[in-house]
Formats: sequence, structure tokens, C-alpha cells
Amino acid sequence: MSIKESDNLFKFLQEKATWVREETLKIHKIAPETRLASSLSDVEIFVSLYYGELLKFDPKNVRWEERDRFIISKGHGAISLYPILADLGFFDRNELTKVCQEGSFLGGMPDTIIPGFETINGSLGHGLGVACGIALALKRKNSNSKVFVLLGDGELFEGAVWEAIMFAPQHKLDNLISIVDNNKICMLDYCKNIIDLSRLEEKFQTFKWMVTTVNGHNIEEIYNSLKGLKESKDNRPKVLIANTIKGKGVPQLENDTLCHIKSLKEEEIISAIEGLQ
Amino acid sequence: MSATQLKTMRDVFIETIYDRMHENNHLFFLSADFGSPMLDKLKKDFKDRFINVGIAEQNLINVATGLAIEGYCVYAYAIAPFITMRAYEQIRVNLSISSQIKPVNVNLIGVGGGVSYDVSGPTHHCLEDISIMRLLPNMIVFSPSDWKLAESFVDYSINVKKPKYIRFDGKPLPLIYDDVNNLNLKNGFNELLKGEKVCLVSTGYMTHRALKAAKELQDVGVIDMFILKPVNEELLFGILKKYEYIITIEEAFINNGGLDSLISKILFDNQSNIKLKRLGFNDKYVFDLGNRDHLHKINNLDEESIIRAVQEFKNV
Repeated sequence: MSIKESDNLFKFLQEKATWVREETLKIHKIAPETRLASSLSDVEIFVSLYYGELLKFDPKNVRWEERDRFIISKGHGAISLYPILADLGFFDRNELTKVCQEGSFLGGMPDTIIPGFETINGSLGHGLGVACGIALALKRKNSNSKVFVLLGDGELFEGAVWEAIMFAPQHKLDNLISIVDNNKICMLDYCKNIIDLSRLEEKFQTFKWMVTTVNGHNIEEIYNSLKGLKESKDNRPKVLIANTIKGKGVPQLENDTLCHIKSLKEEEIISAIEGLQ
Repeated sequence: MSATQLKTMRDVFIETIYDRMHENNHLFFLSADFGSPMLDKLKKDFKDRFINVGIAEQNLINVATGLAIEGYCVYAYAIAPFITMRAYEQIRVNLSISSQIKPVNVNLIGVGGGVSYDVSGPTHHCLEDISIMRLLPNMIVFSPSDWKLAESFVDYSINVKKPKYIRFDGKPLPLIYDDVNNLNLKNGFNELLKGEKVCLVSTGYMTHRALKAAKELQDVGVIDMFILKPVNEELLFGILKKYEYIITIEEAFINNGGLDSLISKILFDNQSNIKLKRLGFNDKYVFDLGNRDHLHKINNLDEESIIRAVQEFKNV
């Protein structure tokens, strides 16, 4: 079923989100090295962009010049994008059963060898600056395409991100839409116990960004906000701060400070999948 | 052979890019708040394709990457130690790793290789760049000895869609090459003087010193290495093997992956008996003050030291 066949967009997106969580858990079962908790906080973001058709793309022509660019800077959290890309035809669904296995192109950190990924990911703090370059290039080409970037809140500790945060408004990159998956937990602790990032909206506003904050698991809010930012005529770069829960949907992970590095056992995955329904 | 007309490599290079930018709208020039008299003109006439990103080398590389992914040929310009070392991981991930999958034409222009910024001290000296940039897969490393070579590299940099590190001297230098049109850039080196027993193999500024030293001596060969990666090793060994003694000369740390390591590797792989001596900076930073000649003298890189090294070989 596609968005056009659905009479209730948000119900449709919500069902997709549940399905994506299930598929992500299945991937984690065969690839316990994958970062499960980080890949569960951004599910509604991916679902809104791809199934809500907020992102322009063509799975059969991944380099389509008129596509919107989506940079997944927090690459470790993109395991949940694999089932979406497979479902939409970027690659064969069968590939999902081979993640991190010998001969597969779907690794623990997504790279450009995977159809649908624009950049090398895995090392944090690069995506926003690269996205600025892409946004600038699109402006010079007089393209209407947008550049979306997904950042983690812990990723904001990287200094290079702030070089880009300062750069984007200076060059009026109004075609740039950042999304912060604000799941509030790093690898070892709550971000606020390491470097307190509270009042993040004000930080971005001070740097002359247009800011919207949403509940990152409320599909209606995310969809409407992203749509609003995409259609906005404001000449500032945009950022959506999505307040999320790391490990969302899996009680053993939610708000466990160490959930980033936690792998679930097979029986835990089975019960987690049952719990999603 | 050497003309007296002094020019900086960067000015000639940038002037040529400026010319190309008129006919090629796919060229972008980014600077990390670093200038050149020639850059003022480019900045003024190509407001849309020149950006000063500020003192932010990491973002310099990232923005350059984004533009290159979209098909632009990008020049990223800064002082050599900062563009290579402050932004090394950006270069590794976004240029070196990335370009293995799809073309990324970003040309890193590092000005002030070696100790051209003599009195600015160890932060501004750049003795590591040859090694660390050679280390990166998919990277081309260019180290010209004069401005004609630098100029000839502009079209190469546009046409060869790979990341490149361009190591420029900071100071105006005289010409070594009268004509570079017959030079095959891809070979990466040129035998400037043919000799008998001893050959000096040098790069960048040190080729000027090598030539001066060779003139004081007889039958000493000089090879100018202007591309340090990739190197046509077979072709190079074909020349090296005519000699019994080789002295590598570089304004860089030795024994750690620089020009000396490259030559030593080629000799070893070919099971050669040729003796090798390495002139360059030992494993220490330079705090001594004084001009470049002084820094060379106290680090055994002046003409006298080169001559002494040749004579030691000849007297064996």
C-alpha cells in the first residue's frame, strides 16, 4: 500500500513505523553488532520522509538530479532505514537477511556502496558540513531540490558541526533542513551529564537558524513540521529538533543509559517484536 | 637552466585557475581565510564561486566535499600544516574513502610545505604532510619545484577527478624548468641532470638546493620528484639503477614515509645494491630561529651538507 492508496495518512505512517521497528529488530537478530537503540529513535523521522513522500527520490535512478539529498550523518542509527530502502525498491529485500554478513553491502555503518546513501557515514560530525556544500551546489545550479541531514544530539559535541552551523546561515542555505534526533543519550551516559545541550532551540536560534521542536515519535507532528520547513519561504537554514527516546519501542532499551552498546538476545528480540503489536 | 624570474607557485596557480574559471563554470575556489594577491581578483570576479569559509579547515574540506559530490571541481586553499593536519579525518573520510566509490575532485592546496614559514616556528612548519598524505589511498600528492610545474598542474587537476594534495612552497622561487610542455606529468619525476655514480633525488624547494650542489660537483645526477603519489616505480627504477649511490633530499621528516621511504621501498623491491642516504629533518620539531638557510644549515640540508654527503659516498 502506498500513501495514495491510504485514506488515513497518519495511520498509514504509524503502521509503517511499527513494521520498520519489527524489521530493524530482525536485522539486529542476524547482526548484533548493529546499533539498535540509535536506530529505533529515528524511525518516525525516516518513515515521514520516505513514506510521507516529503523526500523526492527515485529508487531506480538513485543519482536522479532532481532528487532531494538526504545525508544520514548519524550513520550508526540508520539500520532502520535499510528495510525502508528495500521496501521502496532501492535494493532487493533479500539483502535484509544478509546485513553484516560476508559478501553483503549492508554493513553496520552505511556507506555510498548502498543505493540510496549519498555519503560515507560512520564517523560523526561530517554530515552537516558536507550537506552545506551540497546545498550551496544546488543553489548554484538553480535547483529546487532540498538537502536533509540527520544528526544525533551527541554528535553535536563534535566541533566541526558548529563550524557548519555558523556557515549555513551566512550563506543563506534555506534549502538545508537539519533534523536532530534528540534522544539525549550518548554511548556512555545522558548527554546532559557529559556536556549539557539544554536550550538547544536557543542555541540554533542564536546562530540564525529557523527552529521547530516536535515530539519525535508523534508522526503527525513530525510530518507536518517537516512539510512546513520544506515549504517555508524563510531564507534561513532550518532545523527540526525531534525529541525522541533512545531504544523507542523496546522496553529493555528505553532510557537505559547504556542502551547504545546493548545487544538483545534472540528471545528478547522475539518478545520485543511481540510487544510492538 | 634556472631563470631568475621569482614567482610564488600559488600566485601562478591561482591566476591560471582564474583564467579557467571564465570558460569553466564548474570550478569553485574555497579558502580558509588565507589569501594571495591573485586571489583578490578571483574573489571579486567570481563572487558566486569563491568562498572564504573562515578559519575553519574542517568545514573547508566538508563544504568542498559537498560541492564535489555535486560535480564541481573544487580548490580548497589554506596553510599546509592546517589543511592537512587539522582536517585530516575530514580528508580521510570525505575524500580518500569516499572517492574510492565515486569521483570526488577536491584539490587541497597547502601553502608553506617544509620550513618556508621559517620564523613562525613548529606550528607553521610542515614536515609531516608528505608522509601523511601519501598514506591515504586514492590520493594524488603533487610537490612541484617551480611555478611552471605548478601552472601545468591546473589542467591536470581539472581533468583527473580524484582528491589531490598540492604542496606549494611559501616563498617566491626562480624557475627550474624552461619548458614543461614536453614533460609527462603522469610520470611524476624528471631527471634534470644526468650523472654517473651519484644521484640526488629531491622534491619541492630542495630541488633548487640539489641543483646548486650538483653544479659544484661533477657527474652528479639530479631527479626532481614532483608527484610523490602515485609513482611509476618501474620507470623510476629504470633511471635509478644507473647509479651506485642515491641521496634523497626533502624538507620533511625522514624515515617516516616521505620521499626517502618511497625511494628506499623501490630499491628494496628491486633487490638493488644501490646505497641510499637520506637528507631531511630528523625526528624532532624545529624551535631554532633564523631564516630558511640557517634552518637548513643546522639540519644538514644546505648545499655544503649535500656536497659533503656526495663526497662521503664518492670516497667510499
